[in-house]
Amino acid sequence: MSEKISFELNGQSITITLSPDHRFLDVLRKHLNIVGPKEGCGEGECGACSVLMDGYIVQSCILPLGSVHGKKIMTIEGYRETKRFKALQDAFLTEGASQCGICTPGMIMATEYLLSHNPHPTDEEIRHGLAGNLCRCTGYNMIIKAIKRAAKEGEGLW
Amino acid sequence: MVENKIPTSYNEALKILATGSYQVLNGGTDLMVRYRGWSETRVKFKKNMLHIHNLDELNYITSKDEYIHIGATTTHETILHHPLIPEIMKKCLRVFASPAIRNMGTLVGNIGNASPAGDAVLIAYLLEARLVVESLRHQREVPIEDFIKGPGSIALAPDEIIKEIYFKKLNFNATYFTKVGGRQSDAISKVMFAAGYRLDADKIVDIRIAIGAVSPTIIKDKTIEKSIKGYTLKNLSNQKSMILSQYAAHINPIDDQRSNKHYRKKVALNLLEAFLNDIITRS
Repeated sequence: MSEKISFELNGQSITITLSPDHRFLDVLRKHLNIVGPKEGCGEGECGACSVLMDGYIVQSCILPLGSVHGKKIMTIEGYRETKRFKALQDAFLTEGASQCGICTPGMIMATEYLLSHNPHPTDEEIRHGLAGNLCRCTGYNMIIKAIKRAAKEGEGLW
Repeated sequence: MVENKIPTSYNEALKILATGSYQVLNGGTDLMVRYRGWSETRVKFKKNMLHIHNLDELNYITSKDEYIHIGATTTHETILHHPLIPEIMKKCLRVFASPAIRNMGTLVGNIGNASPAGDAVLIAYLLEARLVVESLRHQREVPIEDFIKGPGSIALAPDEIIKEIYFKKLNFNATYFTKVGGRQSDAISKVMFAAGYRLDADKIVDIRIAIGAVSPTIIKDKTIEKSIKGYTLKNLSNQKSMILSQYAAHINPIDDQRSNKHYRKKVALNLLEAFLNDIITRS
């Protein structure tokens, strides 16, 4: 049975009439044409579908639409309009932290969550912060370098 | 086709549950995976679902007298960063799943799921937590060890909901938590161990030991703990092998894709022995 679900998506108010037992990832990709979040594992382990909900990182492939009602969602599509994104983008490009790219939208959202709570993380703290995001290309070292670079060059943004 | 409802208040949730035909869906980190269908299709839930995760009325951590109360929709990440929460719970939650899962999953949901490998469930046993269970008919309290009956099996009537969990503040000299898993994050435990103790001079006045993922429910034996209370460190040293054999009798793990029973039993007993040695060598 469908319900009216209202939430804010990248600053825009959205009301959608759908059954609350849809996966939020499918709602984004299929119904709202938001395709930055990717489906990797589909069971909350790889982080490719990560989005921010009220500022907290969540995995949209295991997030029921019912949990989104009344919340504020930010995906990479909204985040890319920010100065913080620009700092991350420059650092990821410089360090080669994005290769095949499928993990990158989730990795960027996880980095935003990390830096918004801890603007100057150590290597260890970065590894814990990105613990739910898998990358099969970089071996993670380039991503860690990129985040340290962004934290330094984007000083004051977080 | 199953029905889904999103209650706007806790009272409305209780009314919907009173029909007896709804199951509570909290953070969804277990149920969304268990009933996953093909991509772009609805999740294949078997029952009507009550989506409570947004109920702010149940999102709280409070302290009353010597007790700490945690509401049903409070996430692991909120618990991890809250000043009232004991260090032993934080030790566990720091290596629990991943930041995103901790932002979705809840302690009460972890208990409702009743996995013998639920990390935070182990700590709830160690804290001797009690659950407040409610329906329109009544409110009751139940100790966690009576609530969890076996893997995935809990003492909850169809019209009931776990409203909150609460436990007494601890007063231990030291607490221990070890999780043995395939990797540091997003790993379901092969074995987990938690313990704590309090000494008065060289006498043990309080001790608690919980071992997980090595039997159908978490091992926590108040009788053995009681027998250790009052020991001096020397007594403990003399009785160590007897204590180990008492716990060995409870440890009955299974073989599965994560590990095997021989490894699990050996590691569980090694962790217990290391803990006892640590107390003994404090003197």
